[in-house]
Amino acid sequence: MTSARRELIVRALARVEGEGRLDVTIRDGRADRVALAIYEPPRFFESFLRGRHYLEPPDITSRICGICPVAYQVSACNALEQACALKIDDAVLDLRRLLYCGEWIASHVLHIYFLHAPDFLGLPDSIALARTDRAAIERGLALKKAGNAILDTIGGRPIHPVNVRVGGFHRAPTRTELAPLAEQLGAALEYAVATVDWVSSFTYPDIELDHDLLALRHESRYAIEDGEIVSSTGLRCPAEEFPRHVVEHQVPHSTALHAELDGRRYLTGPLARYSLNSSQLTGQAASSATAAGLDVQCRNPYRSIVVRAVEVVYAVEEALRIIDRYQRPAPSFAAVAPKYAVGHGISEAPRGLLYHRYELDTDGLLTAAIIIPPTSQNQAAIEHDLRTAVNAHLTLADDDLTAVCERIIRNYDPCISCATHFLTLTIDRR
Amino acid sequence: MTAVVLGLGNDYRRDDGLGPAVAREVAARVAADIQVSTSDGDPTRMLDAWAGADLAVLVDAVVSEPPRPGTVHRFDPTAVAELPTPNTSTHGVGLATALELGRMLDRLPRRWVLYAVEVVDLGYGRGLSPVAAGAVEPVVRAVLSELASTTGQQSVGRSPNAPAPDWSNPAACS
Repeated sequence: MTSARRELIVRALARVEGEGRLDVTIRDGRADRVALAIYEPPRFFESFLRGRHYLEPPDITSRICGICPVAYQVSACNALEQACALKIDDAVLDLRRLLYCGEWIASHVLHIYFLHAPDFLGLPDSIALARTDRAAIERGLALKKAGNAILDTIGGRPIHPVNVRVGGFHRAPTRTELAPLAEQLGAALEYAVATVDWVSSFTYPDIELDHDLLALRHESRYAIEDGEIVSSTGLRCPAEEFPRHVVEHQVPHSTALHAELDGRRYLTGPLARYSLNSSQLTGQAASSATAAGLDVQCRNPYRSIVVRAVEVVYAVEEALRIIDRYQRPAPSFAAVAPKYAVGHGISEAPRGLLYHRYELDTDGLLTAAIIIPPTSQNQAAIEHDLRTAVNAHLTLADDDLTAVCERIIRNYDPCISCATHFLTLTIDRR
Repeated sequence: MTAVVLGLGNDYRRDDGLGPAVAREVAARVAADIQVSTSDGDPTRMLDAWAGADLAVLVDAVVSEPPRPGTVHRFDPTAVAELPTPNTSTHGVGLATALELGRMLDRLPRRWVLYAVEVVDLGYGRGLSPVAAGAVEPVVRAVLSELASTTGQQSVGRSPNAPAPDWSNPAACS
């Protein structure tokens, strides 16, 4: 590198959910500034939730994201049910978990097949993948459809489900209505296993992250819709202690806040979930993880695609188990009266831990709302990985360096719909 | 003869709600056998929505350079190369990708038409700008005309001037 300064601008990053901007400044042969610029819709939602009725957040916050609306609905329900000291029937919780499995399947499969896999195959996009491996795309479409079918059947419609309410569901499906799902999921399980086989055959850079890891853990099953907070540093606490450990602070380059876990950079999402809870995977999911060469922990961000594929197998199997034992809950929801209280809710969105906090007054109106999505929590870790990669690849031409940055960002499946609108890239070499 | 109408967009991103707004109006004026729905741009759902249809009429908001707000573009399969790229869409993978995937996987409707309206405001929040709102009725009429030319079906139901159904109420659209 002979010049002291180089500058390149890439207007948009392909294959992430949404759009945004990344600024990289290189001075004296080092990455001086790596800034992921995020505009954060949840902050707007936090504002216009104030003064709304306490039963509204599941429907309102689900609109933050078209990819993971169930995560928003469930974290909102968990927070409001905690605030109102509401006990939820196990059969209702099962139905909630089944709905969430549908979202995990649909979201993970979209990322695996349509956004992430082309990176490992030297292909520009899913259209090129369809051209070179039609069977793979057909498999992805069939799996995605199975996830969508769960969302349609239980959520009431495919986008932004309308059947979820605080305390349960407006209407619970009958066993007969779930029967076609079981049939579809039975076929999908074969595709899910084939997906793990497929992605485990990719070639991965040999990289291990040292970020702290944060996820939920359930006492008896791989945590999805609820659990207690655990970390790789030994933290173990309930949802209401999340604000004591996760502290957000302003950064100049972004309207999104950066989060730290007990003062340290951390990661949430599939790698954290798997590394902290892999012993709770069962059946074919556990077998597939072993066959794919995953150890009890996975800290390679590129191999997050393998972890997602394993989680798809788990979600399909878990959905089948829930449908098999399903007894229609009656009533379909627990009635709830508002009280002057604060509630905290957490769940594992496909991209990681999603936290909601609500304050209610005695009339059941919200006086405060806080939503902390996983992509915001991961922002500092993504920037750290980008800085490391830029320094390791300084001799690359601008186009190639941009491609490296884009791959790193896609490792995290950032849900820009939730946390930002993504991505214009600016690299300034001085 | 089966036909579907698909309004793409996000009601919470201002003018990006134009596609869904047109779909709601069309749904109120056509017979029940015309499948009218909205889409957030998920390509897999789009492929399913138009699977087996003789005609798919698609409506989306676009941003162009240079901008000509309110301009309505009509695209059909002969004009695929001119389609807006995914980067101008707020819908992730994008309509152009879905159409190309459909073509490669033999999952396109027999015929499709896209009405793309140039809009000005893709900020956060509900409600169309005056320019986008003014384009809704002309696009609705164009969509109805496309349907009539294919299905022979005239629009039914309430008059164009009747108030729109309240789709902001989740119970009304479940």
